[in-house]
Amino acid sequence: MLHIYCPHCAEYREEDEFHCAGQAHISRPLDPEACSDEEWGEYLFFRKNPRGLHHELWVHAAGCRKFFNMTRDTQSYEIKEVYKIGEQPSVVAE
Amino acid sequence: MSDLNNMTAAESAATKAAIMNQVPGSEIEGQSPLHHADFASLAQQGPKTGGIHLREHKLLGHLTLRCNAENAEQLAAVERVLGVALPLQPLSSVESGNYSIRWMSPDEWLILVPGLETFEIETKFRDAMPGHYSLVNSSGGSTVLELSGDNAVTLLQKATSVDLHLNSFPVGKVVSTLFAKSTATIRRIDEQRFELVIRRSFSDYIWLWIQDASLEYGLVIEA
Ligand SMILES: [Zn+2]
Repeated sequence: MLHIYCPHCAEYREEDEFHCAGQAHISRPLDPEACSDEEWGEYLFFRKNPRGLHHELWVHAAGCRKFFNMTRDTQSYEIKEVYKIGEQPSVVAE
Repeated sequence: MSDLNNMTAAESAATKAAIMNQVPGSEIEGQSPLHHADFASLAQQGPKTGGIHLREHKLLGHLTLRCNAENAEQLAAVERVLGVALPLQPLSSVESGNYSIRWMSPDEWLILVPGLETFEIETKFRDAMPGHYSLVNSSGGSTVLELSGDNAVTLLQKATSVDLHLNSFPVGKVVSTLFAKSTATIRRIDEQRFELVIRRSFSDYIWLWIQDASLEYGLVIEA
């Protein structure tokens, strides 16, 4: 069970209050019409699956219902940091 | 293009958001989601002592306000309408007379008011609030339970993983969390007294769950 710090509620809660919503920092192409099939396909379907540091989008589903980002080690499950939407991670893979 | 964020209160009120009085009047009996449980009879006939006391605060006005916590004009307007300022600290609440406000999220608050005053307060908000905001009367969607007694904390510990120790859950704190696989907004009113705002559709389930979970302590219904 992960013990997760919600940056909006400003306290730790149990994992079952949260949902992971996949990879963070995926920006929608500004001009979808101008995308090639490959670019659009990359945006829609292709996700990272690293062993090690991963930036994820989480939502405090049973709490404040806000989204936030988390940097987590997929191998050790260690949570390196949480940060709000719009902010950049300070812990990044080398 | 009109900018919602820059609308004055008068401009905003002039858009005449369609609101209606959802309560027909005091002469017509309203039924809470736990009407079938008949707390009034249970309070008379049931046990008078036990570790858990349960009461329903039925038919209150539940108003969900969403606005910008950094907009000083909006904050001032709320204070003018309710006579008390929005709690801006995460997980905090304020109470003033018959009104109480719970922090739900950085831009959302749950305001409880007496049921028959709901429409009047909604109308005041429509006239007073400037800028981009949302006020929804969600009274029909939830109900309020008050759980107290010597074993109130132990019972809650069976339902939720939130730390209920007074150091981390002081009086006045409010959390939205999982409650016995359903959800609840829990506020500590006193050391041994908690308020649960629960979903209407889960109220019967939670009522059954509380009866089962309090078997070992004894359940006293108050009305
Ligand atoms: Zn939260």
